[in-house]
Amino acid sequence: MANSHQLKRVDFIFRNDNDWEKILSSTIKKKPQELINELISSELKGRGGAGFPTGLKWKFCSQEKADKKYVICNADEGEPGTFKDREILSKVPYKVLTAMAVCGYIIGANEGFIYLRGEYKFLEPELNKAINEFEYYCKEINLDFKIKIFMGSGAYICGEETALLESMEGRRGEPRNKPPFPTQSGYMGKPTVVNNVETLVHTFTIFKFGAKKFYDLGVQYSRGTKLFSVSGDTPKPGIFELELGMSLQDFVYEFGDGDTKAVQVGGASGYLVPRKKFKDAAIGFKGKLTGISLPTGGSMMLFNSSRSMFNVLDNYLEFFREESCGQCTPCRVGCQQLLLGIKAVKRGEKPASYLNKLMRLTETMQLTAKCGLGQSVANSFSSIVENFQEEMIY
Amino acid sequence: MANKLNVSINGFPVKIEKGKTILEAADEQGIKIPTLCYHKDLCVAGNCRVCVVEVEGQNRLSAACSTPCEDGMEILTNSLKVRNSRKHIIELLLTEHNADCTKCYRNGNCELQKLASDYKIMTQDFIELVPLKKYSIDMFSPSIIKDDSKCIRCQRCVRTCAELQGVHALTVAHKGDQMKITTFFEKAMRDVVCTNCGQCVNHCPTGALVEKNYIEEVWEAISNPAKHVIVQTAPAVRVGLGEELGLEPGSRVTGQMVAALKRLGFDSVLDTNFTADLTIVEEGNELLTRLKKALVDKDKNVKLPMATSCSPGWIKYMEHIYPEFLGHLSTCKSPQQMFGALAKTYYAKARNLQPENIVSVSIMPCTAKKFEAYRPEMHDSGYRDVDYVLTTRELAILIKQAGLDFNKLEPVKYDRLMGESTGAGVIFGASGGVMEAALRTTYELVTGRDVPFENLNIEPVRGMKGIKEAFIKIENPLEEWAFLDGVELRCAVAHGLVNAKKVMNAVKDGKVDYHFIEFMGCPGGCLGGGGQPIPTNAEIRKKRADAIYAEDGNMPMRKSHQNPEVLKLYKDFLKEPLGEVSHHLLHTKYTVRKHY
Amino acid sequence: MDPIQSLVKDLADEYGRKRESLLPILQGVVEREKYLSEYSMVEIAREVDIPAAEVYGTATFYSFLETKPTGKYIIRICKTITCAMKGKNQMLFAIQDMLKIKLGETTPDNRFSLLESNCLGWCHKAPAMLINNEVYTELTPEKVRDILSGYMKQNGQI
Repeated sequence: MANSHQLKRVDFIFRNDNDWEKILSSTIKKKPQELINELISSELKGRGGAGFPTGLKWKFCSQEKADKKYVICNADEGEPGTFKDREILSKVPYKVLTAMAVCGYIIGANEGFIYLRGEYKFLEPELNKAINEFEYYCKEINLDFKIKIFMGSGAYICGEETALLESMEGRRGEPRNKPPFPTQSGYMGKPTVVNNVETLVHTFTIFKFGAKKFYDLGVQYSRGTKLFSVSGDTPKPGIFELELGMSLQDFVYEFGDGDTKAVQVGGASGYLVPRKKFKDAAIGFKGKLTGISLPTGGSMMLFNSSRSMFNVLDNYLEFFREESCGQCTPCRVGCQQLLLGIKAVKRGEKPASYLNKLMRLTETMQLTAKCGLGQSVANSFSSIVENFQEEMIY
Repeated sequence: MANKLNVSINGFPVKIEKGKTILEAADEQGIKIPTLCYHKDLCVAGNCRVCVVEVEGQNRLSAACSTPCEDGMEILTNSLKVRNSRKHIIELLLTEHNADCTKCYRNGNCELQKLASDYKIMTQDFIELVPLKKYSIDMFSPSIIKDDSKCIRCQRCVRTCAELQGVHALTVAHKGDQMKITTFFEKAMRDVVCTNCGQCVNHCPTGALVEKNYIEEVWEAISNPAKHVIVQTAPAVRVGLGEELGLEPGSRVTGQMVAALKRLGFDSVLDTNFTADLTIVEEGNELLTRLKKALVDKDKNVKLPMATSCSPGWIKYMEHIYPEFLGHLSTCKSPQQMFGALAKTYYAKARNLQPENIVSVSIMPCTAKKFEAYRPEMHDSGYRDVDYVLTTRELAILIKQAGLDFNKLEPVKYDRLMGESTGAGVIFGASGGVMEAALRTTYELVTGRDVPFENLNIEPVRGMKGIKEAFIKIENPLEEWAFLDGVELRCAVAHGLVNAKKVMNAVKDGKVDYHFIEFMGCPGGCLGGGGQPIPTNAEIRKKRADAIYAEDGNMPMRKSHQNPEVLKLYKDFLKEPLGEVSHHLLHTKYTVRKHY
Repeated sequence: MDPIQSLVKDLADEYGRKRESLLPILQGVVEREKYLSEYSMVEIAREVDIPAAEVYGTATFYSFLETKPTGKYIIRICKTITCAMKGKNQMLFAIQDMLKIKLGETTPDNRFSLLESNCLGWCHKAPAMLINNEVYTELTPEKVRDILSGYMKQNGQI
């Protein structure tokens, strides 16, 4: 049974006290190790979807010995149903830039990039203005840190950190073999921290208010708050900062339209939770708290009873089939097989039992695909097919 | 000290060097983990996912080829999870692959076929993707056929063309289900910078890239009583052919090969090594002429360094990438083409044959030779000088089709007039061989003495290093060559086009000062050519090279200018090196081609 | 030097002539020319000294780097789940009806090209579309018609 948390609205991310200059100059007066410990004790995890502990990432990178290091802000937000990073960059860009500079200070990097997806090109002029002002201030306080925007050109897979690095190096965005990890060998082979936009803003909050304030929110293994992008069949579409660990039932009470049949948590790479399982699910990272725990970049799409789950899955598989980089067999061919497979079952060309074969295929994809895209297709596929099998067949 | 790690593979403890991958560790233990995109010659890709293994504590499987071993790793290479995953992956590959094996050129020697057979993939539950795709076959190139319906997108060909050859004719394009291996703007290979070297062919695991074969055309010619079919065999073929017929790499099968060719029905079985010797005489004189122009006449326009011109892949590469240096190429044709020109003139006359009834066939370790034979300028005999080029692989097919038991054949000698050769001719098949042959002759021509290396083995130009150098000082030359006294002859050897690029860039930038450079398009020289048996790797190429130098060591004559048939050719026909007849039949021009 | 050559040269002067410079240069050409022709790719290959096949392979990876001729205004309608649910097909019909072209096509006067794209990041205001770099959200068929009329009135100077 999930702990029932009231949906506490919090306002760390978008509140703008216009104090970034003060925060920046005071933070870099502290020792890097102290700041890393602060991040580690906050238990902040990456907010882009993968959920790696941020403090550890910055620590590993700072330990690498190299003549050059980089900080990269991953603004290639492309997970269906996610639009929070866009809002952050337009409303509170200075928090992002400050966090990047602090990261640079800690790991020993003097150059940062913002990989901005091509679909957000309209943000570029304002963002450049902010960067100019930011760099001006950095010079004033003798902080050596420059930031440049690198534009993407329409490739969801470039949100994967090694694909992003490949793209920045002028190549196709095909994920790399890991190890080595970007903190060891990243942009141009140098140690690099790649962090999601929201993650960086949370570090700002932690540097400003201290780790405890962040840690006290949320639940075990899922500390702090998260931005949720809510869309679909909801009277309240938009972006909301909420504590992690809330039960999905509470979420639906707040955001559903009274007829919520299912919620897609985490975008097309996430899980579809049917109504009967709302009370068993909580939003957070893997932990012992609940029956299902749902890692997430924050995309929440609500579907009411008028929606066909077949159409939903079909849409997701089309998405993956197109956006896969195509390099590895299980993902490239697997996505095609899954899409054609559910169409064939629906048309009656293949028996319903074929869905079981496809479920086993998604297990293989999860085990063998080279990157998170191929590994995550199983999430939505299995959750939809298991919970709505009748809709796949009739 | 702590350079060894302790891992366990399938329960057995193993000590492995730090930095090795799981694949390498397993291989050392005699455990073969199946692979597709992995190739010893190329960088690790890790995209086919066939080599996945289970590592204790990891919730996903790891690709053995790209995962370095870590201390304490417990690896399972054949657990149920691994087997089931691997079977799925092979099944997936088969759905996007034209699996009509009986109609495929690589039937019997295909890595995907072997995997499907080893894992007994006897049912196909997944949906066939091939009928839904609009795959195309590119048959425009005279050398290579590219069949997209068989491509498993392992990207070996792309990596080969980029890393091994530096040509970059192939690339990966688009993404998702549209991802494919193709050329610039998806043009035919004939219309881009492809040099026809065929390295992509001998690195391709399936039948997606194969040579254009002329087997039926050759059979028809042989069966036609009105035609006199001449065949010439390249030096590298005799140390590669055995691999296609069940023998170990490095087996020398010269005599049996000649016997087989006779049994197949060729009317004259002759040797490209003969014209290799001829090339040395012509090219050696050409080099000395250029040196004289430079050192005596102080001619500023003379093109030095001079570059060899027997590798058609290298020639096409020059024509695309360094057209401003075409004047540096020797004007000598390749031995194949010199042979072709002489076969329908000199040989025809001597044997009383009508040249229009001669069909000239060559057996080459090379796919670019197919392109070379069809270059428009190659008809100086008055007819197409070489009609058909067969690769080593195609010759093996002819032998199998004829039902010959290769191992039972008694060795036979080549026919006369254009079948005699020296050791200098046979080493053309190895990187450094042309240079060594040229030096043996030129040095003696200039000084009257043997080249100062023990047993005439010029070691500095031998071996698999990408770029090799040899500097030989000329002292006390014959009077005619007095201008060379004290001159240090500076020579370089490069094999594999990526090394050719390095040397040419150094020449372009003025960083080096050579007189003579041997360029071979393929790694190892012709013995690693695109038409040689598949598979290929550094170990196999070394064995073939050892065989070539063993052939050389065992020959009674080891210098090109000693070849009696070559001397007879000059006496009866050519008159003198670089003379009028030579000029007409044995020398050629080059074409400027688009850089991109 | 023709316009493409000078454009490529200027871009290379700005972004450099290394492999890392490739993407900004490709984007710069697309920004002005709307798509990458064979000629422009050869020029980029020449200017940056990258094999032409690599330029092509890299460009075709990215959905916004078109390699087929397009019109001045490229309409990209989002087809991912929320926009699909909120009526993307209705928008498509409206556009197709007004411009008389189907998906993937360009109007005869070369003004508009119609393409689909994946999630644009405006799901709470679906359906959404891009026209070149401008984003339009909360679309209705009327709104779409108004927006397109606005573009038609422009003098073609983009």
